[in-house]
Amino acid sequence: MADGSTNFDEMLGFGGEVRTPYAEYHELLTKIDPTKLKQKSRDAEAFFRRTGITFNVYGDSEADERLIPFDLLPRIISAKEWSRLTRGIEQRVKALNAFLHDIYHRQEILRAGRIPQRLITDNQAFLPQMVGVNPPGNIYTHIVGTDLVRTGPDEFFVLEDNARTPSGVSYMLENRETMLKMFPELFSQVGVQSVGDYPALLRKSLAASAPSTCAGKPTIAVLTPGIHNSAYFEHAFLADQMGVELVEGHDLRVVDGRVAMRTTCGYEPVDVIYRRVDDEYLDPLNFNPESMLGVPGIFDIYRAGGITITNAPGTGISDDKALYSYMPDIVEFYTGQAPLLKNVETWRCSEPDSLAYVLDHLSELVVKEVHGSGGYGMLVGPAASKAEIEAFKAKLTANPANYIAQPTLALSTVPILTDAGLAPRHVDLRPFVLVSPNCIDVVPGGLTRVAMKEGSLVVNSSQGGGTKDTWVLRDD
Amino acid sequence: MIRMLGRTASGLFWMMRYLERVENTARLVDAGFRMSLTRARTMRSEWESVLSTAGTIDAFREKYDHFNTPNVVAFMIADKENPGSLYRSLAAARENARMTRTAITKDVWEAINDAWLELRFAFEASDDLTDLPNLLARIRQHTALVRGSINGTMLRNDIFRFVMLGALIERADNTARILDTKYYVLLPSSASVGSSLDQVQWEMILRSASAERSFHWLHGGDISPISIVNFLIHDVRLPRSIAYCYDEIVATLADLEVEYQVRKPCHDLAAEHEAHITNSTSEWIIGSGLHEFLIDFIARNARLAEMIETDYRFHA
Repeated sequence: MADGSTNFDEMLGFGGEVRTPYAEYHELLTKIDPTKLKQKSRDAEAFFRRTGITFNVYGDSEADERLIPFDLLPRIISAKEWSRLTRGIEQRVKALNAFLHDIYHRQEILRAGRIPQRLITDNQAFLPQMVGVNPPGNIYTHIVGTDLVRTGPDEFFVLEDNARTPSGVSYMLENRETMLKMFPELFSQVGVQSVGDYPALLRKSLAASAPSTCAGKPTIAVLTPGIHNSAYFEHAFLADQMGVELVEGHDLRVVDGRVAMRTTCGYEPVDVIYRRVDDEYLDPLNFNPESMLGVPGIFDIYRAGGITITNAPGTGISDDKALYSYMPDIVEFYTGQAPLLKNVETWRCSEPDSLAYVLDHLSELVVKEVHGSGGYGMLVGPAASKAEIEAFKAKLTANPANYIAQPTLALSTVPILTDAGLAPRHVDLRPFVLVSPNCIDVVPGGLTRVAMKEGSLVVNSSQGGGTKDTWVLRDD
Repeated sequence: MIRMLGRTASGLFWMMRYLERVENTARLVDAGFRMSLTRARTMRSEWESVLSTAGTIDAFREKYDHFNTPNVVAFMIADKENPGSLYRSLAAARENARMTRTAITKDVWEAINDAWLELRFAFEASDDLTDLPNLLARIRQHTALVRGSINGTMLRNDIFRFVMLGALIERADNTARILDTKYYVLLPSSASVGSSLDQVQWEMILRSASAERSFHWLHGGDISPISIVNFLIHDVRLPRSIAYCYDEIVATLADLEVEYQVRKPCHDLAAEHEAHITNSTSEWIIGSGLHEFLIDFIARNARLAEMIETDYRFHA
């Protein structure tokens, strides 16, 4: 199975010998009858379909509900590796919040010349309406899903910060539920840290961010664009697990200076909104006037401190891929420390030297749109045909500032179950972080996304990627 | 204590209306199919009455020229363009359930989702008429499972009451429609002779309301227009009778009044309708016009549904 060459396999390392975090699991795995494993794989799929853990694919004719493929072999991380990662993530998240506060206030980082002015002022995701606004607790990004990739035993990189609206946490929780159902005996023998208190932590974290005007127990709601949104299942799941209302824009209205939801007995004020609606659609009076998903006037109440919106409007700027390339500077600027987690080397195509290099090396690089997400609109050089590369070259030279390029990383692999037995596939990892005024919580686990196709590096579910349960061990 | 969203109440109410409609439509098609097997001669008019009960006859005429079994079955079961088809009603029930997932239990959601996942493909294979009775039976099984999980797992609070109101309003409407499409069978003229009451016709009425066995049990050989009208409109022992539905609607609204500590206009309207039903004896109804009574009732029932929607803020 291990080709022993370029890719680091999380179970078998570079050399084919079972690594320590997998030792116990591997021994148990060899005792499971392969046909039984396949049966469990089918059971898991039926379970997902039945529970309705599906997503809608944009651009599909009938907006069909699809399942994200789920693989039964867990991705295992040792306690030591995990504590190293969490320290790095916490540092990064603190820096992100400080950065967001700064660019919407004094803009010290621009004055210091550490990042170019135009990256902020010319950025569509920069919300001028947020300048001078103080969000409750001065937190901008409350819920973060840092994307990490690994290339070796000690080589972790941050690929994206996802400080705007990370999704996928419901899969972390449902994947674990499924594994507990399928393999209860494994969990009694391998010490795996629990992820199950995420909804309670999320609720606590949202409540702690309530506006100062809120007396008593805050009323919390999850704001969804509706049942046709690709992540609707997750919105409903989180509201349900937290025991809060799931609202749509037309359920809300500004009443007597408060944002209120229409209940069977009239309008009731809301204190904290966990919104899964983009900035642009949040408030037709303040942003996109065409929006049917938002709440007219909600932003005015927000500015006046009458409601907490998580994540704060304007947070999306930190997901910009050109800004990402400055993250090491950003971390250092605000924390005074060297970054604990590495960035992936990034060429900014806006810079002539970099552009020249990128154009010369397209077949080796991954090129992404600076505002893109979900794996749309990107070029994976080594997997692209000559014609695709030529077509991309034209787009790139027409608007270089719209792109960044990164080396094609030799992403680590984890075995998946295929018809022909176990086979290695590339993975990434998205841990979920909760920020409240008094603490940062990183739930021990996360979403492991896996490219189901042999050799593929694209793990996005919108592009056919699957998921795995992620185990963080209790001790090494 | 924060009350549920008006939109959630709406979702629950409509989830159950559509589910009830699925069940009633399945029963109606089943009754029509039996008639078509036993009486080839009048097949056309039997299917016509099925379509007019379902309120889809005009849409059918636009699409088809012949009232034959394959056409009607295709139209009423799997047709995605017919808003009254089983496919569309079940899809709408599930969509409302998805919208209100945070209000219903896991069991209820899974029962509805299972129904959808299994039946949507079965609907597409429904052109196989030999399997039709089996398919219609499966639909009734699924709706029974949903009802069972609602009864067995849901809290008896406002959530449950809006679910019940949806079922009862829809069922009262459907029973009235079933009677109305056959009202001519129950005219005093045809009743006066006694023997001329068409046995197959009234069996179809009772079967459409799943009431044929109970009727025989209660009435033995006494089959008259009065006894059928009385059974389907006034007999509170029959869970599909109009009187039963209204007794339950009034009781459910009373529970909501207690829970919310507010009396709304819909409470008075429901009480008024209940009294109207009780005060109109079967003799009087038949004497003064069954059709007129039913048309009036269907409109009253729709007004009550609208008032419930307004009173409990279903819409912005």
